[in-house]
Amino acid sequence: MNNVFVYCEITEEKNIADVSLELCSKGRKLANDLNVKLEAVVIGDVGPEIAKEVSPFGVDVLHLANDSRLFPYRTLPHAAIVSHIFKNAEPEIALFGASSVGRDLAPRIASELKCGLTADCTSLEIGDHVENKTQTEYKNLLYQIRPAFGGNIIATIINPDTRPQMATVREGVMKKEEISSSYQTEVKHIDVAAILTDELFAVEIINRHIEAKKVNITASGIIVAGGYGVGSKDNFKLLYELAGALGGEVGASRAAVDAGYVEHERQVGQTGVTVRPKLYIACGISGAVQHRAGMQESATIISINTDPDAPINNIADYVINGEVQDVIPKMIKYYRLNSK
Amino acid sequence: MSFRIVVLAKQVPDTRNVGKDAMKADGTVNRGALPAIYNPEDLHALEFALRVKDRIDDAEIIILTMGPPRAAEIIRESMFRGADRGYLITDRRFAGSDTLATSYAISMAVKYLGDVDLVVAGRQAIDGDTAQVGPQVAEKLNFPQITYAEEMEAVDANSITVKRRLERGIEIVKSSFPCVVTVHASAPPCRFRDAKRLMKYKKARTITELQEESNEYSDVYEKRPYLRIEELSVDDIQADTQYLGLSGSPTKVKKIENVVFKAKESLRMEAKDQDINDLMKGLIDTHIIG
Ligand SMILES: Cc1cc2nc3c(=O)[nH]c(=O)nc-3n(C[C@H](O)[C@H](O)[C@H](O)COP(=O)(O)OP(=O)(O)OC[C@H]3O[C@@H](n4cnc5c(N)ncnc54)[C@H](O)[C@@H]3O)c2cc1C
Ligand SMILES: Nc1ncnc2c1ncn2[C@@H]1O[C@H](COP(=O)(O)O)[C@@H](O)[C@H]1O
Repeated sequence: MNNVFVYCEITEEKNIADVSLELCSKGRKLANDLNVKLEAVVIGDVGPEIAKEVSPFGVDVLHLANDSRLFPYRTLPHAAIVSHIFKNAEPEIALFGASSVGRDLAPRIASELKCGLTADCTSLEIGDHVENKTQTEYKNLLYQIRPAFGGNIIATIINPDTRPQMATVREGVMKKEEISSSYQTEVKHIDVAAILTDELFAVEIINRHIEAKKVNITASGIIVAGGYGVGSKDNFKLLYELAGALGGEVGASRAAVDAGYVEHERQVGQTGVTVRPKLYIACGISGAVQHRAGMQESATIISINTDPDAPINNIADYVINGEVQDVIPKMIKYYRLNSK
Repeated sequence: MSFRIVVLAKQVPDTRNVGKDAMKADGTVNRGALPAIYNPEDLHALEFALRVKDRIDDAEIIILTMGPPRAAEIIRESMFRGADRGYLITDRRFAGSDTLATSYAISMAVKYLGDVDLVVAGRQAIDGDTAQVGPQVAEKLNFPQITYAEEMEAVDANSITVKRRLERGIEIVKSSFPCVVTVHASAPPCRFRDAKRLMKYKKARTITELQEESNEYSDVYEKRPYLRIEELSVDDIQADTQYLGLSGSPTKVKKIENVVFKAKESLRMEAKDQDINDLMKGLIDTHIIG
């Protein structure tokens, strides 16, 4: 069987993006299940030293395309290089971040290779399948599990007959786990000049403003999340205060983001990040499926809500029936009193 | 017409109002059971196209919709808002198409139209949230793509400059024609229906609709040809059926589960000082915080 591939994105700071490292971790596990190797693809203006960043996650081979024209990302040159690699290596599985880059690139490649692609998977597993009509048996397929229909259903998608089996996954969904600080990665240099043509640079980048990633709430063990029920940007300060006291981060529902209380980077849920902290405090959040999809795996959940029947209360370990403005200052007060 | 813009617009089930019988046993969507709406980001795409048309002499906007007969509603709605005409790609043999098969069919329909300068799609459709069809159509047509358009900065008959909305910022890019643009929800919303256009196009129909209504205005196309919404079949667009429908779709649905969140045994309390004191103390004692 052929290998598992991960397309690794390069950040503005010339590092490998978190989402790609998370996928390397997942890719390693899938490769182990299949008893194959894990290979990564890095395309940009970075040298072979970049291998150090992916090695600890168990990458066996790194395909490196290094050329100053390959950063910032542009669809056509990156697609040409990835397709070139995939046509030669014929991966069993290929994973991409469900980021602005991955969701631009992966469909283009899937179209060229005429293979299936599943967007925004929340879980990836190896499993078998029997085709009902023909009773054909398939061994070791990639189960691509994702919410669909606005989060109302969970679908398991497979690609029985085409390769690679391609999937995109959002940042924060898979866990980043180093396996060995001394793992050996072989670097293979791609002959970029042989692939790139002038036409591939048809889309010209005139200007760009990309901000460094400021907050990464997925890494936080404690999240104080606010919803529309927090009521105002001003009231959100209370959440920052509580998060500060507990050593956590502030998250939000989409309604709070849409209302302008807080920036989008903090949005939890189907169209935000997925978090699984040890403590999630939901303040004035009703608990729509799209929100729960991003936080239901939190170890302990506290809900503060004026509505005793808010859906979020069904998945909460502790339900405080009350006003956010009233409850949070008390939490801060009693945390301080008891932690001394 | 010298400058041709194709807008890809999809009729989608309103996933914000999903009932119980929305899924069929084979894992495909029972579209009949849900209210059908104009995919929200495709309305932004239509507005994007209208703004291009506003700035280019002699431009025309053609809507392409692939779906069942009732998806003709999308084309009429587009006409009310400023599109010139539309084609409904409809044939039982398209049923069950995943994004790869859909983009193959759409790309064949674009080729059927002949020279096209600009294809505008929504970023993603709310029934699947995949955002794949735009880039896949671009690949099949061998056009460059500009995804996540937020604003059109400039356009003339030779090139377009677009501001893209990315995760952590923006990018301004320029492409010559032909190209594919996919439009993000942060782009300007679509203009409203125009009262005059509503009057003019409200009787626009596909052949199938005319036959179903079976009323007397069968000569309507001859008198007012602009009321004709063309239907395109597999044969019209000369598509190869092996790339269409379920058989042409590499992705298969193995299993569908409804989302059921198991209710936890939760501890309920009021916002009283004593309760909150106990809670915080408990969390510290169990090392969840502190
Ligand atoms: C395709 C799609 C994707 C989506 N993706 C996401 C996503 O990623 N993340 C997300 O969060 N949402 C998402 N949504 C939106 C989601 O459906 C809900 O609309 C949203 O989560 C509601 O946010 P909320 O709970 O803050 O607001 P509301 O539903 O308005 O709830 C406010 C809550 O606050 C309570 N409240 C009011 N005042 C107070 C007070 N003073 N003190 C305490 N409680 C109070 C109310 O009882 C209520 O329970 C998505 C929707 C769609 C259709
Ligand atoms: N059946 C269809 N008919 C017309 N346009 C479509 C169709 N399916 C997808 N599209 C276009 O492709 C975009 C992305 O769709 P999707 O990949 O399904 O998220 C949509 O916003 C539409 O512009």
